[in-house]
Amino acid sequence: MPCPDLSAPDQSSTDRSSIPEDARDVMSEGDISRALRRIGHEILERNKGSDGLVLLGIPSRGVPLARRLAACIEEVEGTVVPVGELDITLHRDDLRRNPVRTAHRSRIPAGGIDDQVVVLVDDVLYSGRTIRAALDALSELGRPRAVRLAVLVDRGHRELPIRADHVGKNLPTSSAERVHVRVAEVDGLDVVRISGGDAR
Amino acid sequence: MTKHLISSADLSRAEVEDILETAASMHDLQRREVKKVPTLRGRTVINFFFEDSTRTRSSFEIAGKWMSADTINLSAKGSSTSKGESLRDTAMTVDAMAVDALVIRHHASGACHQVAQWVRCSVINAGDGTHEHPTQALLDAYTLRSRLGDLDGKHVVIVGDLTHSRVFRSNIITLKTLGARVTVVAPPTLMPSGIGAWSAADGFATSWDLDPVLDGEGEHGSVDAVMMLRVQRERMSGGYFPTAREYTVGYGLTRDRLERLVARNDDVLVLHPGPMNRGLEIAPEAADSPQSVVLDQVSAGVAVRMAVLYHLLAGEDTPAPMPASATEGAVR
Repeated sequence: MPCPDLSAPDQSSTDRSSIPEDARDVMSEGDISRALRRIGHEILERNKGSDGLVLLGIPSRGVPLARRLAACIEEVEGTVVPVGELDITLHRDDLRRNPVRTAHRSRIPAGGIDDQVVVLVDDVLYSGRTIRAALDALSELGRPRAVRLAVLVDRGHRELPIRADHVGKNLPTSSAERVHVRVAEVDGLDVVRISGGDAR
Repeated sequence: MTKHLISSADLSRAEVEDILETAASMHDLQRREVKKVPTLRGRTVINFFFEDSTRTRSSFEIAGKWMSADTINLSAKGSSTSKGESLRDTAMTVDAMAVDALVIRHHASGACHQVAQWVRCSVINAGDGTHEHPTQALLDAYTLRSRLGDLDGKHVVIVGDLTHSRVFRSNIITLKTLGARVTVVAPPTLMPSGIGAWSAADGFATSWDLDPVLDGEGEHGSVDAVMMLRVQRERMSGGYFPTAREYTVGYGLTRDRLERLVARNDDVLVLHPGPMNRGLEIAPEAADSPQSVVLDQVSAGVAVRMAVLYHLLAGEDTPAPMPASATEGAVR
């Protein structure tokens, strides 16, 4: 007897389907760029410089966001921060509720993550389950000095005790709504839209 | 993805590519200090080997363990099979323990297909008689792709005992699925009967002579990889070739043949599914040459089998109907 699915609908940051017509823009290209710049500065401020930083993007859209953050940091500090990709597929807790997803390779910078300050970068923070999986995946790769979390959008509705250190935009949503993040490297445009739920 | 992996023909190109992509991420695990992911926690995999095996059995066991599944090894010796229990009873007994997958190697062609009709768990073919060995074909494809890139149009030559080779049968299918060009070479006595119609249907070339193929004469064209098959003495009742020496002269990958291959293409790859009969089908100089990827194949074996277990077992449960005998007498 399969368990009833009590979890929230899949928040699809990797959803490549078209955004519904009724979607409202909540962040424009300019908003995204300003938010990333601010996050870049916050990361540097918190870390007192770029020493020991490693940025790990969570596929798919966390990866280009991590690269952009690294570019911001390079602009400010003049140092190159290593950027990698952390695939969390094998650590997901919903594997048995969905058709099989292809696992991809994680790309960890050559210096590794031991004793580094790892900043996880993702597009949307929702239930927190992705980040839980990412923390598990990280623990198998090494022992960072600290792990921080940067997200473009925090839409609330956490199901685990997880919070972001750096947030581009706090977006109060109802769980019936969907947040659509599009980034130029993957989708050809930069925008955050919201659809569904009651029109306000 | 299907529930079972019985034949290489069960997999579409997209599925093969998904498995190989997943295998690449699994391969990275092997280079880590902690070689374990929690993905198949709580799943049970039984390796049931009715025939001897070193690499397939150990790699399935390691693959299951690294994915956090519980793996149990059974062999015909030491199980009730030696007391005369039938394959059906043995399979249903194991299935009744609510295992999730049964990895089977059996000396009878078609045994895995047959078992899949009787059980609820997933069945993975780890070699059935002279029929198929799909995970070997996947790991060969993985090894080839990691050196040659996309296999579309690449020329792979398979040499040796084709009649008794399940590795060859699965490889023909998977290489075709991935778009590679295949030429198979064997002495007439070890060429399967009906190969003419078969090669026409599946679009591979055949030859009784090795040297013209390796030299790329005429239509054969240049060679990207040579896969030497083991001469399976345990399946032969004699009479397939006069002497071992004569087989080596005609069909072995000798030092001289390797040198000629390398002179034409120094990126040529030499594969062998193992165990090797050194000095018979493959000279030690070829087996230990820089062209040889025999150990890469072994290391890919674990990654590919992890990927296969992942694709068959990680997804959502599709509750299969209980077999008729198990539901008899059940309260409705």
